[in-house]
Amino acid sequence: MDFLILNEGFRTLSALLVLPLAGAIVLLISSSVTFARLWTLLITTIIAALSLPLYWGFDVSTARYQFGEHLAWIPSLNINYTLGLDGISLLLVLLTTLLMPICVLASWKYIKTRVREFMVCLLILETSMLGVFIALDFVLFYILWEAMLIPMYLLIAIWGGPRKVYAATKFFLYTLAGSVLLLVAIIALYIKTGSWSIPLMMGQEYSTLFQTLVFLAFFLAFAIKVPMFPFHTWLPAAHVEAPTVGSVILASILLKMGTYGFLRFCLPITPAATLTFMPYILGLSVAGILYGGFTALAQSDMKKLIAYSSVGHMGFVTLGIFVLNTQGVEGALLQMINHGVTTGALFLCVGLIYERTHSRELDAAEGIGKFMPIYITFLAFFSMSSLAFPGTNSFIGEFLILAGGFSQSKIVAGCAIPGAVLAAAYMLRMLQRITWGAKSNPHPEILSDLNLREVFTLAPLLVFVFWIGLRPEPFLSVMHTSVAHLLEQVHQATPHLMTAANLLP
Amino acid sequence: MKLELLFAPELFLLLGSLVLFFLTLGDSRGNHSKSVATVIGVINLGLCLFCLHQQGELFYHAYRVDLFSQFFKLIIAAGFLVVLLLGRALKGVRDGVRSEYYLFMLLSVLGLVMLVSSVELLTMMVALELSSFTLYLLVPMRDEATGERAQMEAAVKYILFGVVATGIMLFGMSYLFGLTGTTYLSYLLPQLRFMSDQPAVLVGIVMVMAGFFYKLGVFPMHFWVPDVYQGASNETTAFIASVPKLAAVALLIRLVTLVMPADHNMPLLLTVLAVGSMLYGNLLALVQKDIKRMLGFSGIAHAGYLLLGLLIFKDAGFATAIYYIMGYLVMTLACFLVICKVSAQGENLKIEDLAGLHHRAPLLALTMAVGMFALAGIPPFVGFMGKFMLLTQALKHGYLPLVIITAINTAISLYYYLSVVRVAYCTDTEDRPMVPVDGLTRAVSVVLMLLILAMGLAPSGILDLATSAIHGMPGGPFL
Repeated sequence: MDFLILNEGFRTLSALLVLPLAGAIVLLISSSVTFARLWTLLITTIIAALSLPLYWGFDVSTARYQFGEHLAWIPSLNINYTLGLDGISLLLVLLTTLLMPICVLASWKYIKTRVREFMVCLLILETSMLGVFIALDFVLFYILWEAMLIPMYLLIAIWGGPRKVYAATKFFLYTLAGSVLLLVAIIALYIKTGSWSIPLMMGQEYSTLFQTLVFLAFFLAFAIKVPMFPFHTWLPAAHVEAPTVGSVILASILLKMGTYGFLRFCLPITPAATLTFMPYILGLSVAGILYGGFTALAQSDMKKLIAYSSVGHMGFVTLGIFVLNTQGVEGALLQMINHGVTTGALFLCVGLIYERTHSRELDAAEGIGKFMPIYITFLAFFSMSSLAFPGTNSFIGEFLILAGGFSQSKIVAGCAIPGAVLAAAYMLRMLQRITWGAKSNPHPEILSDLNLREVFTLAPLLVFVFWIGLRPEPFLSVMHTSVAHLLEQVHQATPHLMTAANLLP
Repeated sequence: MKLELLFAPELFLLLGSLVLFFLTLGDSRGNHSKSVATVIGVINLGLCLFCLHQQGELFYHAYRVDLFSQFFKLIIAAGFLVVLLLGRALKGVRDGVRSEYYLFMLLSVLGLVMLVSSVELLTMMVALELSSFTLYLLVPMRDEATGERAQMEAAVKYILFGVVATGIMLFGMSYLFGLTGTTYLSYLLPQLRFMSDQPAVLVGIVMVMAGFFYKLGVFPMHFWVPDVYQGASNETTAFIASVPKLAAVALLIRLVTLVMPADHNMPLLLTVLAVGSMLYGNLLALVQKDIKRMLGFSGIAHAGYLLLGLLIFKDAGFATAIYYIMGYLVMTLACFLVICKVSAQGENLKIEDLAGLHHRAPLLALTMAVGMFALAGIPPFVGFMGKFMLLTQALKHGYLPLVIITAINTAISLYYYLSVVRVAYCTDTEDRPMVPVDGLTRAVSVVLMLLILAMGLAPSGILDLATSAIHGMPGGPFL
């Protein structure tokens, strides 16, 4: 257990997992709608407050897993309840905990029917999302990874738009079909190593064939989750039909699980296969960046536009991960957080218009700048962030990724550059039409500007846009050691293959 | 050791059926019989719990009481009690025969309880027939109005296929007897091991197993399943779908231990049956409209999953199979609880009849969703943990293609389970009436849901018990 620094005293990570569930059980007993909202807000805020000490207490000098907890769970199969946090998962956990209160606030008025059930789904979702990031036992990880599908399915299928059933079913089937082979791969790894512990599976001597098969199973599950081109088709459907908060959680957190999976499993467990497949994955990433950009350019539905922009942005993230150098991986990690903040905020913005006009069409939202100045201010900053304008968070992330990309392969990075230009094109097109539009909006009477609650929903995200954009060091410093350790694991295992990868132009 | 204590659950059930028999003479509407049967169910559960750790042999070694048998008796008793509770209204059964209905159901349970203790071929046969023939009778007792005469067809199919399966089984027994000159499993075991190169041994064992494949609904002995599930009343189907399968698994485990672990033909055969059951069950379930019929096909698929535990011939595999069938019992009963309650007059339910259930009966909708997700094998429920452990055991012994096929089947099956949840949660009621849910139903459904969750999260206790039960079997030391 030398990979784990056990936590003495208060078990913060377990508290993060148990608290939402406990809150959900209380909700099941109550019946008041107002209580449900307030209670969920309270619980998520407490969790957010609990998670902050994780950042302060985090030791940046070690790559070992911190705040660890370890209990035997199913002894006959050697399954344990192991939790831990390192520089890769820390920021994702904080993103999740801090985003949840915002989601509750954003659904305050949006969700009118079956509020209690909605909040129960949110809380169960929070447990499983946090669990995915902090689980260090593969069985625990898989259980939470799959269990998450149930509340997310219900979020889309009950509170979604007109084609909600189609979208929810597609989301569930697609994701589950991807992860059944993941289960087989996990079991195969267990049989090789005799342990379900994720860190113990890293750095083992597996044969090339075994690594290839395991990598492919991993890749299918995670690439669908990210989603990488060409596995992305569930994403626009799910985003368009999901309620605002569903889209926010989907974009900000669920998609990150795919890239987290690449970092946590693919790279350290199957390094040789990673290097073998690296050129293809880089190719898919670039394809995703360009495809997402071009498709976003053609959308008239705002949610679809942002959904396709997500495909492009996540293409940057996978690009950064698979260039396999410090800048690339750190940029990818930071970009995961950035995408969570920015795209989450953009979905909230679309939701705010939808609550007023009951339409997500760009046409219906044309020229509302005159009537909703505060709203437009927020939207402008978030759009700028989304197109990686210097001074905003995404600029730092994309810059690092492209810098890493250039040092690995000039062609790949060069191909990704138009993606950044496309992002500017589709984002500015949307912003321009919403702010000024060709004509004035047909329904000005329903356009009231943001109220205090809505400002409170968006403001924290804006703070992070500029914080990361202007001073990324606090965010980058926590990941340095872990990323260095991760890359060391990849390169140590396969020195001879590195030379092959270097032949890539 | 007191003889009575070894035989206590059986004696009590026999006594109970005598009481019920006298009640049938006067109480045709079955009001008293219902209360008496419920009381018998409760006491039987207590007795089985009390006798859990009894050890001994009876009737010239033909009847063995050990942890394995007592464990199964306990689960059968629990399943029987839940079936009685969820079918209390007995909506789908003709008024005039309700007393007899309880009598026959109790006798069937008696047969099953005796079956799991039988370690001699003829005893096995008698016990099996006692449980089967009473079960055949339950099917046509359905109300004409709700059954739409399908119950008669179902009953005929059930008995015809059943008799054929029994015939095959007897034929197989004659092989085993002819080869060894004995009908006692404990004498058969060493002798068959000695002759394991003879094809006749395998043929005999497989033919005997066919009778239990029939009970479990394994492909290709599954033909009765969809029609009987659909034709029998909801309460009867709940029973047929759950309790007899427990005994079938128990006996399959007993019989599989007769085969030499090094034998290659048996695993191959079971692999083919497993793959056939999974694919057949899941693919046909996809297109079903009637929810019971769908559950029937799903049951065939689950029988296929379960064979994964048997075909590796290891104690861990058998223990997982026991765990899986227990989980299956709980999941199926949860689904049938909802079906029985939602069906107002005892008629069959189409899947779309569950529309708006979240509004009509929120607790039942939740129970249905939990049951369906569990059957689909979504964590953290028992269906996932069972399937996960089966896959682990199978892969440990090198059945990679089989494991991959099973995993893919999980993905296929998700669609039809999900469509039930979708209808229950995402549709409007469309003037369908509210479903009244009484306190007892609430309690039972909460208990079932908690069991589904708890067994999924903490399987250790049951697994350990099942493993020690396996070790206590006559064939246990050979594993």
